[in-house]
Amino acid sequence: MKPEIDSILPLELDGIGFGIEGRTLLGGIGLRLESGSRTIVLGPNGAGKSLLLRICHGLLRPTEGTLRWGGAGQPLAEQVIRRRQAMVFQRPVLLRRSALANIRYVLGLIGLARARHRAVAMEALDRFGLAELADRPARVLSGGEQQRLALARAWVVEPDVLFLDEPTSALDPAATLAVEMAIHEFHAAGAKIVMTTHDLGQARRLADEVVFLSRGRLVEVSPAARFFKAPASPQGRAFLAGELVC
Amino acid sequence: MKMLDLSAACSTAIALVIGLDPQMLDIVRLSLLVSGSAVLLAALIGLPLGAMLALAEFPGRGVLVVTINACMGLPPVVVGLAVYLLLSRAGPMGRFGLLFTPSAMVVAQTVLVLPIVAALSRQVVADLWEEYGEQLRSLGAPRPVVMATLLWDGRFSLLTAVLAGFGRACAEVGAVMIVGGNISGVTRTMTTAIALETSKGDLPLALGLGIILIGLVTVVNAAVFLVGQAARRRMG
Repeated sequence: MKPEIDSILPLELDGIGFGIEGRTLLGGIGLRLESGSRTIVLGPNGAGKSLLLRICHGLLRPTEGTLRWGGAGQPLAEQVIRRRQAMVFQRPVLLRRSALANIRYVLGLIGLARARHRAVAMEALDRFGLAELADRPARVLSGGEQQRLALARAWVVEPDVLFLDEPTSALDPAATLAVEMAIHEFHAAGAKIVMTTHDLGQARRLADEVVFLSRGRLVEVSPAARFFKAPASPQGRAFLAGELVC
Repeated sequence: MKMLDLSAACSTAIALVIGLDPQMLDIVRLSLLVSGSAVLLAALIGLPLGAMLALAEFPGRGVLVVTINACMGLPPVVVGLAVYLLLSRAGPMGRFGLLFTPSAMVVAQTVLVLPIVAALSRQVVADLWEEYGEQLRSLGAPRPVVMATLLWDGRFSLLTAVLAGFGRACAEVGAVMIVGGNISGVTRTMTTAIALETSKGDLPLALGLGIILIGLVTVVNAAVFLVGQAARRRMG
């Protein structure tokens, strides 16, 4: 039940900044996120990666600058923007009910006809290898299963853009691989991926484009191949070389 | 009182309890009906009120929260007096003729229990919002859905809050005494009966009711504790 437009992307950030109690945590961010590609946000701890994701997703209101969805055309309705994006957090917050009911909850929110809930939810669970666990309480699933459930929950939204904030940092290698495969599924279905990670190997595997932040500033936006071969910025070079960047 | 009297009173009391004395059963039934209704009403109002206080932002919210928290310790006799004035013939709600009826007792106990349920559920919902907030906002859940979601996900903790209210309602004597009048067969509850029988010197009935009262509160609390534990283990 997608509305008439193809995608709420591109997302344009112009002079985006975020400060709290006089401290600037993010400043002067100008960035254009195109549809379809996978953008990995890299940078040391405290660079403002998660903050940037939350501002893009609309969880935080920037204290400076403007954020614009849908490019140059007519501004999109708030509700359309909200409904066509999803976010997966580092630690998934699942409701105290079954895995299936967690998906159905979202289907209720997006207004899908009740009669179709079960079929759509089961398809999403099956897609991420959770069909067997449909009736299990979501909270007692393993960390990897919980994160896949969070991805299945995002899947039914059919998002134009999926934000992921270090989705694998608490997972073992097998569960990490499953999450990366899930991200491939989203990408193959045409969703834009915007993800933060601390795992450089993962960034290399997934990125089409790298956005590199340092100390709340946007330092570099490069195609992944170029960034990992020869970063344009000294901070990027230092980061890849494993030096301390601050 | 001599030792002999006390042990005789105790054994008579136990005989009353075991023999399911009809007079005593009537008193127990009325007590449960009054306190149960009051807790139900208080939950119907208090749970949404608590959730609203946890989530909504409006001027004067802080004052309201502090007031409700303070009201958790309202003295039952004062509540009884206030409801008495409200329901008495000359009072603003006198024309309903509720004074000295079980309904009046329900009203008084609802007033007593409501702050407990509202204050504790506000805390439960506020803590859950801390955890769920970003995710629910990300999913675009509207306010009423958020409230319902948090109340449902906090159900085991909220059950404890409601139970704390039930304990208070069952155990108080001041409010029901004043607005109910302790009329035999009509408004006599376990607590008012215990107070009356003790002052009359009929210790067996007083003791028997005391045993039942403590037993009831213990059983209900134990049941909720066990259910809550099992559910938490199952639902995580």
